[in-house]
Amino acid sequence: MAMCITRTTMRIPTTGIAMDEFLWRAGAAGLGLAVIAGPLGSFVVWRRLAFFGDALAHSALLGLALGFMLQIEPAIAIAVLCAAFALTLTGLLSRAKLPPDTLLSIAAFTTLSLGLIALAFVETLRVDLISYLFGDILSVTRADVALVWGGALLALAVLIAIWRPLLAASVDEDLARVEGVDTGRVRLAFVLLLALVVALAMKIVGVLLVTALLVIPAAAARRFAQGPEAMAIYASVIGAIAVIGGLFASLKLDTPSGPSVVVAAAAIFAASLLFKRRA
Amino acid sequence: MNGYAIEGRRLVKRFGDRVVVDHVDIGAKPGEIVTLIGPNGAGKTLLLKMLLGLTVPDGGTIARSPGLRVGYMPQKLAIDPNLPISVARFVGLAGKGDVAASLDTAGVADIAAAPMTGLSGGELQRVLLARALMRDPQLLVLDEPAQGVDVTGQDALYALVGELRDRTNCAVLLVSHDLHLVMARSNHVVCLNTHVCCTGKPEAVGRDPAFAALFGARAGESLALYRHHHDHVHDTHGHVHHAHDHAHSHDGHRHG
Repeated sequence: MAMCITRTTMRIPTTGIAMDEFLWRAGAAGLGLAVIAGPLGSFVVWRRLAFFGDALAHSALLGLALGFMLQIEPAIAIAVLCAAFALTLTGLLSRAKLPPDTLLSIAAFTTLSLGLIALAFVETLRVDLISYLFGDILSVTRADVALVWGGALLALAVLIAIWRPLLAASVDEDLARVEGVDTGRVRLAFVLLLALVVALAMKIVGVLLVTALLVIPAAAARRFAQGPEAMAIYASVIGAIAVIGGLFASLKLDTPSGPSVVVAAAAIFAASLLFKRRA
Repeated sequence: MNGYAIEGRRLVKRFGDRVVVDHVDIGAKPGEIVTLIGPNGAGKTLLLKMLLGLTVPDGGTIARSPGLRVGYMPQKLAIDPNLPISVARFVGLAGKGDVAASLDTAGVADIAAAPMTGLSGGELQRVLLARALMRDPQLLVLDEPAQGVDVTGQDALYALVGELRDRTNCAVLLVSHDLHLVMARSNHVVCLNTHVCCTGKPEAVGRDPAFAALFGARAGESLALYRHHHDHVHDTHGHVHHAHDHAHSHDGHRHG
């Protein structure tokens, strides 16, 4: 009989048929995320929204807690809360007199703390907290894999649909506006995509590491790319390699999976520095 | 509209209690080069941004001729160095227009494949001009187009703008700190320091006491001196330009 598959483990279990099943699901979910994280992460880098993405990720815990309290599917609760938070933050950033990094810090730590407090009321979740902070790719279910791929492909389709205006707005917002791009709407669509992907990534790399998966592969891809589309595709490939490499390392070295994926991405980034920038 | 391509009336912009643009009237007609001149913080860029619809004015009205096509050359480009993009691709982001023709007109066809990062100041300005030309503009708005360009480069750039105006009869609205190169080619100068200090033909503005007060008494004199000098330069080096003008004035056909 197959061994019992526990949902709390962060390390790869001992050998057996179950392990293949674990790895297959973990790899599939990770690759699904890498597909969308590459292009979306490239835009995060170009638009200098790394800290914005981080603030969104910090709000995810609150969404999780509310989801449990209101008996809603966690991924949906997180996506909805992240989206609402993203819209609020975008509105605040355009109006507030505070510097953006100060405002984002306040927002990120407030929502993270609120999330932790809310989670303290949900008794059953307390043990799992670390897996929500750092991800638990090995606990993903078949339904999670379907959710990640469905969400990733949906996000990718939307991103491709808004690609040209989004790129024009990311290069120079004023120029794009004079040329007739509705930059406000494009920005809104983009932050909603970001919220969706944060919600998808939560289970895989966790609240604290989500932005790493967006930013690091894109930064590594920059070295090799001569055009925006090339950078987006290379970032997906690098993300995919990091997922596979990280999971493999996790298996061999018995290290936590989410951080292993991030370290693998960072290693590729470090290696990319050895190459001369092409454009 | 009185024949204006774009016209702003009694435009006001405030930041908190501070009035940064104070009841300014400004307009540009087809075929006219209007230069906004003034010290730092005079509200020049802000005025342009209101006319372009990038900033909402706190008072006043803006009228554009119907369906006005605008080409805009911003003061600086906020492009992130992590975004790999070639000159041709950047210019093509305008959406419409002929990239090769625009690059050619702006004199940067040779760097079409070059990355945007690492262009010289002069190259960047011309690439920005190429992008502004993509939509076959009826109004060209240029915010300090000669920034980071050496004097000969500036002169060439303004000559190009003048040539474009002659050829397409577009209205040109440009901002500059520069007293000499620009004013000599302008049809109309608006001297701005939050409010309009003085306005009129370049010669008249150069003699205006308000202009002298803003830029120093010698500015007007040196302007006159420069204009003289400039004419002289043109006589010896104007060969190519003359040939150009000739060809266009003869048959009168237009591109675009």
